[in-house]
Amino acid sequence: MSGLAIEGVSHDHGARRALDAVSLRVAPGQFCALLGPNGAGKSTLFSLLTGLAALQAGRIEIAGHDIARRPRAALTRLGVVFQQAALDPELPVMANLRYAAALHGIGGREAGRRIDAALARVSMAERARERVRDLNGGHRRRAEIARALLHRPSVLLLDEPTVGLDAASRAAITAHVHDLAGQGGLTVLWATHLADEVAPGDQVAVMHRGHILACAVARDIAPEGDLAARFLAMTAEPA
Amino acid sequence: MTDTALSTASAAHAPCPRRPAPRVWALAMGWIVRREALRFLGQRARLVSALVRPLVWLLVFAAGFRAALGLSITPPYQTYITYETYILPGLCAMILLFNGMQSSLGLVLDRETGTMRLLLTAPLPRWWLLTSKLVASTLISVLQVYAFLGIAAALGHADPGWGWLLALPTLFLSGLMLGALGLALSSTVRQLENFAGVMNFVIFPMFFLSSALYPLWKMAEASALLRDICAANPFTHAVEAIRFALHGQANWPAMGWVALAGAVFLGLALAGFEAGRGRRRAR
Repeated sequence: MSGLAIEGVSHDHGARRALDAVSLRVAPGQFCALLGPNGAGKSTLFSLLTGLAALQAGRIEIAGHDIARRPRAALTRLGVVFQQAALDPELPVMANLRYAAALHGIGGREAGRRIDAALARVSMAERARERVRDLNGGHRRRAEIARALLHRPSVLLLDEPTVGLDAASRAAITAHVHDLAGQGGLTVLWATHLADEVAPGDQVAVMHRGHILACAVARDIAPEGDLAARFLAMTAEPA
Repeated sequence: MTDTALSTASAAHAPCPRRPAPRVWALAMGWIVRREALRFLGQRARLVSALVRPLVWLLVFAAGFRAALGLSITPPYQTYITYETYILPGLCAMILLFNGMQSSLGLVLDRETGTMRLLLTAPLPRWWLLTSKLVASTLISVLQVYAFLGIAAALGHADPGWGWLLALPTLFLSGLMLGALGLALSSTVRQLENFAGVMNFVIFPMFFLSSALYPLWKMAEASALLRDICAANPFTHAVEAIRFALHGQANWPAMGWVALAGAVFLGLALAGFEAGRGRRRAR
């Protein structure tokens, strides 16, 4: 299938099991929130999805390409917004995006066109010449999203993309990425520990201690509407 | 986000137009180098600090040491030379050594940062991406060597000539070899994660057990074993290759040794880096 498919993925860090038989499917154009507390295994899963760590067991397909067998084809269809900043703070936004485009084989005028479009998409066209260091946190995140979309991926991964942002910036970015999935047809996997970033119609995979505890539409996981309370109850540690 | 922005959100996510692989690879390497250069130009303090170390050696150490060390005529020189002239190639190699180690270690220590993650998730072979990073940091190191040579010439300790141009490939090759060594060390030896450890266990032994500060025949007077260790040290061959090149001559055996050592170190570095991703468990 296209979209994102994770089947039976297990991963050990030494003697500690970080992921245990994790399976998840995200259909094309769907927004899926990977909701889990710190230490749930979200970052390990993202390392495997992006090929930064080698799969030990299981199978991952990005837009139909097996990350272990055809990593380059899979990475071509994958956009990633890392939790850590990937833009060089000392360089202008434009230079950062040209660099990112070049890593995907896009150069010259085509790169310029795509950068202009990507920055316009995140309402940052006028900030292309500014140094990343001079942008506020919200604009830096938007620039990261523009960077991740330059090569027109069909699957977008975002690893806690709103960490450190104020409420307004968080809301704007969350809404924008929902639109990328809803209107733009992108398959989105959004890792977070904040239940308020999930819309009632989103697919949610609740992750805890390396397991997927539940995977369903948010309103089905929390029929009474309080996903945050339900999430806390599901992931509560025994006293 | 504005309405206009949202209206364009549905831009097609078609794959990039296919370019011939060599052009894509060259484009990526070109921008990796360009980004490194832009970063370097924005950090003038880095250039200054990189030049202070060899200049202290040239202006202070050499002045004090010249009286203690009598040099006979040593190839490629055909006459007696000043001690400053003798150690100049070694100091050029020292810049490459320190920079190569520092940037390679930084590259590995930066593994968890977003910039490295961005690089390593590019749809290109990992060996090409890491080699591109090595090429980029080596070019910056070579620029620093020429800045050092320029200052040395201005101070009357070096004579610009064709040799400086001829030295370019040798400097580049030596820089690559030393950067690859740094990468190989840091990706395989966890204990060397801090620069102080590398200074003590790699950089200083490598520098002092070489022909950078004294010719090998001088070392042989003290110990045949130390002389043999110096002769096997790839850094010695880098120093000698640079020495001959600056003098307008090619030292092919030394360059061959440097190229061979560089290939081995690069192979070890790439293998070590790949191993860092973890292994697929047998099922």
